[in-house]
Amino acid sequence: MTSLTFDPDQHAGIVALEQRRRLYSMLTIVVLVIILVAGYTQAESMNSGGFMKGMSQFFDYPGDVIEEAWAVGWAFWGIVWRFVPALVETLNIAATATILGGVFAAVFAFLSTRNLDVWPPLIPVSRRMMDIMRAFPELVLALFLIFVLGASSVPAVIAIAFHTVGALGKLFSEVNENIDRRPVEGLQAVGANWPKRMRFGVLPQVLPNYFSYFLLRFEINVRAAAILGYVGAGGLGAELLRTIGWGKGQETAALLLLLFASITIIDQVSGMIRRSLATGTLSGRRMMA
Amino acid sequence: MQVIGLTKTFGSVTAVNAASFAVPVPQMVGIIGRSGAGKSTLLRMINHLTPATEGRIEIDGRDILSLRGRARHDWQRDCAMIFQQFNLVPRLDVLTNVMLGRLNRHGTLRSVLKMFSREDIGRALHALERLGIADQAMKRAEDLSGGQQQRVAIARALTQDPRMILADEPIASLDPMSAQIVMASLREIHERDGLTVICNLHTLDTARTYCDRVIGMRAGEIVFDGPAHAVTTDVARDIYGADESFDEGVTSTSLNDDPAQPEGVAYLRAARASA
Repeated sequence: MTSLTFDPDQHAGIVALEQRRRLYSMLTIVVLVIILVAGYTQAESMNSGGFMKGMSQFFDYPGDVIEEAWAVGWAFWGIVWRFVPALVETLNIAATATILGGVFAAVFAFLSTRNLDVWPPLIPVSRRMMDIMRAFPELVLALFLIFVLGASSVPAVIAIAFHTVGALGKLFSEVNENIDRRPVEGLQAVGANWPKRMRFGVLPQVLPNYFSYFLLRFEINVRAAAILGYVGAGGLGAELLRTIGWGKGQETAALLLLLFASITIIDQVSGMIRRSLATGTLSGRRMMA
Repeated sequence: MQVIGLTKTFGSVTAVNAASFAVPVPQMVGIIGRSGAGKSTLLRMINHLTPATEGRIEIDGRDILSLRGRARHDWQRDCAMIFQQFNLVPRLDVLTNVMLGRLNRHGTLRSVLKMFSREDIGRALHALERLGIADQAMKRAEDLSGGQQQRVAIARALTQDPRMILADEPIASLDPMSAQIVMASLREIHERDGLTVICNLHTLDTARTYCDRVIGMRAGEIVFDGPAHAVTTDVARDIYGADESFDEGVTSTSLNDDPAQPEGVAYLRAARASA
């Protein structure tokens, strides 16, 4: 019988469980702090400079860059304009790699989804292939390819596209898993073969989500393409490497401005498109079918 | 068409047990029985959507269950299937959905690039006109009502140019008025095009009103096969395994007391005339 008066020992079991949970949370935090401190000490001991010493000069360099850019006056915008071709090259690398990677990602996604009547042994094979492609960082791949193919934007495109196949393929495959099977069954009953069933039963369902992930990946790839310039792939990164190395503050500032502005604009525009795709308010949504 | 000893087992459960029947001339056949009696499995085996465990289905002397690959896809085209949930592609427009009935007749590359001919468009529109919904052709399938979607599905079946139509609970998720239009359309296709229509139905009065012949199934077995008018209350009780309290009036969706003049027919004619 339950008593109406308060008895602190009435639910002793639940109280004990709750206390044990709190203890686990505390332990997790303690472990994280230990990892953080240990990691910092390790890095500090291997450094030639020293973090705390560098910290005091942390804002000196950005200060110099801004000062130099300010000193140039209106001519600064001329410098910005001069670097637009480099920005275009970076955007080109990102766009080509995203399109190329996206197409192959779609193929791999279809071959790695369980509910799409794919020959079952093929599924783990294509999944592992995507895992491998995803595991290679673009930078490592680009370094290797530039060594083999020479410094140009082609190795960068291949490196980013390769990684994109793995990364987008996994997301696409997850979209595929959530489709409504009924249209596919309807087309099967019509006597349509596998490619036709996928084209008309699955693709119209998944395309809006694919497009949304595609835009997200494009943003990421613009950043990746900018970084790859550092290892010799051309574009903004190559220019940045040069200007920082030569201490040309005004040019560095112009390049950073271009990079920030373009990434912000791409972020905003693709976010807008993705939101309207999700809510279906974009009048162009019909053409996605 | 001759079905001989058709059997389907799922693990230890026998969904359909040695079903045999013949459809020598074009007929409109209603299959009735409780949920889980094996009606859907039977139809799906005929269309090859579900592989049969045992038995044969013979048409013109060849066993269609042994067909593989291209020949199997051609057979699926020849026996169009209509589903309870319509199974259209919701994001595509009505016209494209209907043209998808032609998919089997075109090469893969042409189909995948969505290259439909003028003839395909014409056939699709003609089929939509027959079902009185040509004016909805450019709408998305998902924007139509259930009854309209089912008529789109029938139009798609017609563009397949099939030899028979299988309908798996075509009216189970429709309101009574839409149900009558759909059943009247199927009846009209049977009469005008001379196609065999085999239809799984939930309600007895629908089977009696629209079908020439009724097959009753209980627990995977065919327990009744005869003309629709022979389905008396006693026979129905036997099929449904029900006792004295069984009253078909309770589940009836009929809007009309006169079964000889189903209302849907008149409505369909009017819709077609105004379109």
